[in-house]
Amino acid sequence: MSKYVLLRHRDIPDIKELKVYQDQGGFKAFKQAVTSLDPGQVTEIVKASGLRGRGGAGFPTGVKWSFMDQNSWPHYVVANADESEPGTFKDREIIEENPLQFLEGVAIGSYAVGAQAAYIYLRGEFWQLAEFLDGKINELEKAGLLGENLFGTEYSLKIHTHLGAGAYICGEETALLESLEGKRGQPRLRPPFPPSYGLYGKPTVVNNVETFTNIPLILENGADWYRNLGTEDSAGVKVFSLSGRVKKPGNYELPFGSTYRELIFEHGGGIINDAQIKAIMPAGASSSILRASDEVLDTPLEYASIRKLGSDVGSGSVIVIDETISMDWVIKKTIDFFQHESCGKCTPCREGTYWMSHLTRQIHSGKKTEEQIQLLYDVATNIQGKCLCALGEFSVMGVLTSIDRFPQDFGREPKGSDQG
Amino acid sequence: MSEKITLTIDSQQVITEKGTKVVDAAKSAGIDISVFCYHPKLEPVGACRICLVEIGRTQRDRSTGELVLEADGTPQISFSGNLETACTVPVAEGMVIHTANEKVTKAREDILEFILTSHPLDCPVCDKGGECSLQEMTFEYGLGESRFPLDEKIHLGKHLPLGDMITLDQERCIQCGRCVRFQKEIAADPVLEFYHRGRKTDIVSYSNPPFDSYWSGNTTDLCPVGALTTRDFRFEARIWEMNASPSICSHCTVGCNITLNTRLDPKTGRSKIQRVMPRQNEWVNEIWICDKGRFAHNFTSSEERLTKPLARNPEGKLKPVTWQKAIKIASERLKSHPDGLVTLAGGRLANEDFYQLRTLTEGLSGKLILDSSLAGGDLTARVGLGQGSNIKDLGSGTAILVIACDLEEEAPLWWLRVRAAAERGATLIVANPRETKLEKSAEYILRYEYGEETQTVLDLLEKESEASRVFKEAENGIVLFGSEGMNFGSSQVLAQACANLLIKTNHVGKTNNGLMAVWPEVNTQGAWDMGFKPDENLPEALKGAETLIIAGADPVGDGIIPDLKGKFLLVQELFLTETAAQADLVLPVLAVTEKSGTFTSGERRVQLFEMALPASGECLADHEIAAKLGQALGIEMIQGSAEQVLEEIIKHQPGYASLSLAALGEVPEQQPFVAKEVLSYTGTVFRNTSGVGVQLPSAAENGKMPLEKFTLPQKGFGDGTLAVPVTRLYDQGIMVRTSEILSPRLIKNQLILNPIDAEKEGLSAGIRVEISLGERTYEAAVDIDQKVPVGVILIPRSMGIPLDGPENAVLKAVK
Amino acid sequence: MNDLLSKYPEEIKKILAKYPPEGKRSAVMPLLFLAQRKEGYIREQALSEISQILDIQETEVATLVGFYTLFHDGKAGSYRIQVCTDLCCALRGSEDFLTSLCEALEIKPGETTLDGLVTVEEVKCLAACDKAPMYQLQGKDGISYHENCSVGNTLEMIEELRESGTQKQEETK
Ligand SMILES: Cc1cc2nc3c(=O)[nH]c(=O)nc-3n(C[C@H](O)[C@H](O)[C@H](O)COP(=O)(O)O)c2cc1C
Ligand code: SF4
Ligand code: FES
Repeated sequence: MSKYVLLRHRDIPDIKELKVYQDQGGFKAFKQAVTSLDPGQVTEIVKASGLRGRGGAGFPTGVKWSFMDQNSWPHYVVANADESEPGTFKDREIIEENPLQFLEGVAIGSYAVGAQAAYIYLRGEFWQLAEFLDGKINELEKAGLLGENLFGTEYSLKIHTHLGAGAYICGEETALLESLEGKRGQPRLRPPFPPSYGLYGKPTVVNNVETFTNIPLILENGADWYRNLGTEDSAGVKVFSLSGRVKKPGNYELPFGSTYRELIFEHGGGIINDAQIKAIMPAGASSSILRASDEVLDTPLEYASIRKLGSDVGSGSVIVIDETISMDWVIKKTIDFFQHESCGKCTPCREGTYWMSHLTRQIHSGKKTEEQIQLLYDVATNIQGKCLCALGEFSVMGVLTSIDRFPQDFGREPKGSDQG
Repeated sequence: MSEKITLTIDSQQVITEKGTKVVDAAKSAGIDISVFCYHPKLEPVGACRICLVEIGRTQRDRSTGELVLEADGTPQISFSGNLETACTVPVAEGMVIHTANEKVTKAREDILEFILTSHPLDCPVCDKGGECSLQEMTFEYGLGESRFPLDEKIHLGKHLPLGDMITLDQERCIQCGRCVRFQKEIAADPVLEFYHRGRKTDIVSYSNPPFDSYWSGNTTDLCPVGALTTRDFRFEARIWEMNASPSICSHCTVGCNITLNTRLDPKTGRSKIQRVMPRQNEWVNEIWICDKGRFAHNFTSSEERLTKPLARNPEGKLKPVTWQKAIKIASERLKSHPDGLVTLAGGRLANEDFYQLRTLTEGLSGKLILDSSLAGGDLTARVGLGQGSNIKDLGSGTAILVIACDLEEEAPLWWLRVRAAAERGATLIVANPRETKLEKSAEYILRYEYGEETQTVLDLLEKESEASRVFKEAENGIVLFGSEGMNFGSSQVLAQACANLLIKTNHVGKTNNGLMAVWPEVNTQGAWDMGFKPDENLPEALKGAETLIIAGADPVGDGIIPDLKGKFLLVQELFLTETAAQADLVLPVLAVTEKSGTFTSGERRVQLFEMALPASGECLADHEIAAKLGQALGIEMIQGSAEQVLEEIIKHQPGYASLSLAALGEVPEQQPFVAKEVLSYTGTVFRNTSGVGVQLPSAAENGKMPLEKFTLPQKGFGDGTLAVPVTRLYDQGIMVRTSEILSPRLIKNQLILNPIDAEKEGLSAGIRVEISLGERTYEAAVDIDQKVPVGVILIPRSMGIPLDGPENAVLKAVK
Repeated sequence: MNDLLSKYPEEIKKILAKYPPEGKRSAVMPLLFLAQRKEGYIREQALSEISQILDIQETEVATLVGFYTLFHDGKAGSYRIQVCTDLCCALRGSEDFLTSLCEALEIKPGETTLDGLVTVEEVKCLAACDKAPMYQLQGKDGISYHENCSVGNTLEMIEELRESGTQKQEETK
C-alpha cells in the first residue's frame, strides 16, 4: 500500500492508467457504494471521517452533503478545480497524476447526494488538463464505470468538464455557479446556499478537487482509519503547496499535526542560500501573514492551532518569505492581484482594492510617508466586514497583518512583544 | 394574507409582513435607509453595500426550541459581528435593527467615500443635478474632503451615445446595475450589460441597433447618478427651472400616467415640453413608461400645427378667418342643410370632446361614427374588467388569453404587466398567426391562420385541450383581443366569442376578470361609451353624407376614401391632414398637452389630465368648438370648461354615474413609496398627487350577462398571398413622426415576408417591389423575417399602404 | 449565415449535449473558446453567431468577453506568451525573466514582436508557483504550460513557432 492517500502517483507511477488504478483497488469503493449502500449511508461515513473541505473554508464535507434539499430535483455535483489562489497548485498535480481517484471521488459524492450529472469546473488555463480528463472520463464510460445504469442498478451518472476563462473569483462557489451557467462570474447573495439553490437553481454540492480525492480511500478503509491519520482537531491528511524562498518548492502530503518546520526545512530543504526565514503566508495571497518565529514553526498544523496563531490553514498554500524580502513589496504584489481579480460587484472591494493598489505602489516605490501608511491601514480597515464575498475580505489580510507584525518594513518603530 | 411580524427598528416598533426586506420595513415606518443598488421593483443584489445596518436576532435554545430570555424576561438579542445589507435581509419576528448608530453611520460614510473615489466632480454640468441620489447622500453623509488624490481618479468615456435615445457617462457610473437588471427582469430585453470587471467595469450594449429596447428611457429614471441620461434632455434645462403637470400619455390605450416637465424657453418666449416622466400609478403603469410615450412629444410644439381657423375662399383656397367668421360659416351651413350630417371622430379625443360632439350631432339628427376598425366597445362595457382589477396583483390562479395582437407593439405597458403576471405564475395563452415577443412568456401558444381567430376561441370553449381546461378552471380569467388580421366585421365576431368564453367560464362581473380590447387609440373606449361606433362600411357612410364634421380623423390620408369633394366638410385638427386639405372649414384644436379632460383606458379606467402648456395660436378644444357651434345653432348644450362637461357626463352618461371629480383625484397609498426626498429609493419617477383615476364597473357587475349569438364569418381569403396590416409601436403617425430622437427607429416604408416566400419570388431584403391590392398599387421595400407565416405579407400600418383587413395581394419587383 | 455553426457543427453539438436544455446558456464560454480558436480573438460577428445558437442577446455574450481574461476582443500576435509574475513566481525570479525576455525580443511587456508572431504579457498566478519562471502559451492549439524556463529555451521555443509557421505557409502555397 502506498504511504500516500492523495499523491499516490509518487509511489505508484502509472496510477493514472485505468488498469493500474483498478489493480490498486480503484472503483471498488464506488461500485460498493452504488450496489450496497444507501446514499445516506455514504454521507454518514464521510461525516464520521471528519473530512473538512480542502478548498479553503474547511467546512465539514459530510455535513454539507446532508444539507441537500430533498424537495427539489435534480441535484448536481460540482468539483471546484478553479485553483487560482497565488501559492496553490495542488489540485493540478492531483488531476494530472492521480485523475482516476479524483473522478471516483466525484462519482461517489454524486451518488451520495443523488446527482446524475456532475461538472468539473477547471480554470480556463487548465485547458490541457480538461482534455486529459475528458479522455479519462471517456475511458471510464467505455469501461462501464460511468454512464447509464451503473453496475446493473438504476443509478446513472455523467461527468462533464467545463472550462473557466481566467477569473480567480470563479473559485468562490457561487461565482463559479454563475460562470458555469454562462454568466459573469460574480458571487451570488447568500443565503440561499448551493445545497438549496445551486446550479440552475437546483440543489448543488460544490467541493474542492482534493476533498473529493480523499473520498474513495475513506470508503475503502473506513472513517476511523482516516480520522486516525490526523489529529483530534483535524482529521486526515492535507496536501500543502510549498512555494516562495525555499530550496525545494512543491506539493507535500502531510498528516495534520505536522509542523511548518518539518514542511519547510525537512521537505522543502530549507531557505534559498540558507538565508533567515522571515515570514510564512499559510494560505496563499489571502493569508494573514505570520512572523516565522520558533513558536510558529513548531506549532502543529491544524485548523484550530493555526487560527490561534492569527491565521488559517486555508487551502494549505504555504508561501515562504525570507529576510531579503520587504513586506511592503509583498503586499504590493498581493494587492495587485486582488485589484486585478476583484469582480467589481461590490463597492468596498472594487474601489478599495483599487485605492490600496495606488497606495501600496507608492509606498513600495520609496515615497512612503507615515500618512500614506496610516491611510492604507484605514482603507483596509474600512473594507473589512463590508464585502459581498470573501475576496474583498481576503485582500486586506496581508496588508493589516504586515503593517501590524512587520512595522520596520514600513518605517515604523517596532512595538511591544509581538515582534519576536 | 401573509403573516404579520413585529420588530424594532431604531427603538420604533414596526409591524410588517413576513418576508419584507429590512429596508422596506423601515421605509414603511418612515425610516430611510440609504440605498443605491436596491430598488423596490428589482431583485435585490446587495452589491453597493451602502445600506449596511446592524441586525440583532432572537435566540432559541437548541434542545428545547424555546426563546432564550434575559433576566427581565425579554428575549435575548444577539448581534452578529458584521453589519448586514438591509436590502437583502428579510425581517423576522423580534429582530432589533439599528440604522443610525455609530457603527452603521461610520460604515455608510466609508462606503460613500469608496464610491466617491472614482466619481467625477462634475455636478455643475450634470443633467442629474438636483435629482441625484449620490449628490444628496454626499451632502448628508459625505466627508468634507477627499482622501483620494484627484489626479489619480480613473477617467473614462463621457457622453457616449448608448443607442439613439440614451447617453452614457462611464465615469459617473457607480456599478449599481439597476439599468442592467431592469432590462433583464422587467423589460426582458437584456441588451445592457457590464463589460470588463473590477474598477474598469462599464456599461455596454451590443444589440443592433444598440440599446434595442422600447423601454430604454426607464433606465434613466432608475440610474441613481448622472450616468444614464436621455439624449433629448441633455444640457437642456436644470431640474428646478421646470414646471410639472400631471398628464396621461395619449399614444395608446393603456393610459400611462405621466408628468410633463415644461419650461419657458427664454429665446422663443414659448413654453415647451422638456421631458416626459412617468408618474406613479400602480394600477396602470406602476412607475414605467415606454420610449414612445417618453420621446414622442414634439408633435405638440411642431411648427406645422394649425393655429388659426381656415375657410375656403371663392378661389377655392384655404385662408385664415376669425373664429367668429368660422362659426358663422359653419352654423349657417348646418342650419340650412340639417339632414345627412355625419360626425366622424378619432379615438384620441377626450370624453368631453366626444360628449359635446354627440350633443351637437344629435341636436342636428346626425349620425356618429368612430374612426376605428376594431369592434367590441359595447362588450367591454358589459363584461370588461371588473372594478378594482389590477394586473399587478395577478399571478398563479389567473389565466390570461391574448389573441390577435402583438401586445408589446400595440399596448406596451400591458405587455410588460402581462409578462410580469406570467412570471409570477399566471398562465398565459397567446394566440396569433405569427410569433410575437409575448410568446416567450406563454405557457400555451395557439397558432392559427388569419381568418380563424374566432374558431380558435370557440375551440377553447368547446374542444378539450390543456389550455382550455386551465382557462376554465382558473380562479381569474382575462381575455385581451386585438385586431390583427381583421376588419370591423370579423373583429365584432371575435369580440363576441371572447365575451362568450368569459361568460361561460364565469369570468365576468368580478375583480380581475373580464374582457379587454387592445384599442388602437388612447380613448377608443371612451368614444364607444359616449355613443360613437365604427361603421361597418365607412366609405359608403362617408359617401352618403351631405355634411361632415371630422374631428381627429383622416379618412383621406388613411386611404379609406379617395376624396370628399362635393360635400360640406368641417375638420377639427392639429395639422393640415389630407382630409383637412379638402375641407371647407378647418378648425385648429388644442393638443392634449394644452387642455384638460379625461380619457377612458382599455381597462375602463377614467383618468384626468391637466393642461401643461398654453394654447398654440388660436386653437380651441374640440368640445369648445362643438359648444360654440351648438350655441350658434340654438342647441341646448353646456357652455363651459371641460370640468363642467365632465360633471354633465357623470350626471347623464350611463355607466359613468359612479364617477366624481373628487374620486378621480384621489390618491390611495401606493407601494413603493415615491417622493422627491427619497430619490435613491425609487429614482426620478414622479409621485402621483393628482389622482389614479377610477375604474368603471362593468354592466355584468350589476347582473348576469346573456350570451349573444353570432355567425362565424366566411372562412378564408381566397388563394394567393395575403397582405395583413399590423401595428408597430414606432409607426409613421403624425404624433411620432415629429420626434427627432425616435426618427432613426421608425418603421420604414417596408413590407415584410418570410424568407421562403422571398426566395420563391426571387426577392431579397432591401429590394423595391410593387404590391397590388385589387385595383390599387403601391411601392415599398422588402424586409425579411422568419416569424412571418408563409404566404403572408405584413404591412405595417401608417406607412402609406392603406389596408382595412387582410386582402389578397400580388408582388412584383420594380425594375 | 452562421459561420461558427457551419465550421464546427460536430463540436457545437458535443458542447450543447453537456448541459440540460434549461442550462443551454452554459455553452456560451465553450463557444467563445471555439470562436477564438482560429484568430486568437473574438470578432463581433462571432458574438452574434453565438447569440443565435443559444438564443440569447449579443450583449449577454459580449459581457463575458469583457469579464474573463482569457477572451480577447482585440488582435495580438499569433501567440501570446503569458508570463506569471505574481507573488510566488516573483519570489523565484520571474520578473527578471520577463524583463530579459522582453529585452531579447526588443519589446515591452504587452507588446507584439515586429513580425506579429508573439505578444508577451504579464499574468496573474497560473497555479505553477513551484516551477517559476513559467509562462503559458496561448495560440491556435489551445493553451500549454512551459515551466522552469530560461530566456534561452524560451527563445528557442519561439524560433520553433516561427519555423512551423513558415512551414505551414509553404505547405498551403
Ligand atoms: C475568492 C475565493 C476563491 C476561491 N477559490 C477556490 C478555488 O480555487 N478552489 C476551491 O476549491 N475553492 C475555492 N474557494 C472556496 C470555495 O468557495 C468553496 O468554499 C469550496 O470550493 C468548497 O469546497 P470544499 O468544501 O471542498 O473546500 C474560493 C473562495 C473564495 C472566496
Ligand atoms: S468582494 Fe470583490 S470579488 Fe467579492 S463581490 Fe465584492 S467586488 Fe466582487
Ligand atoms: S447593497 Fe443594499 S442598497 Fe446596495
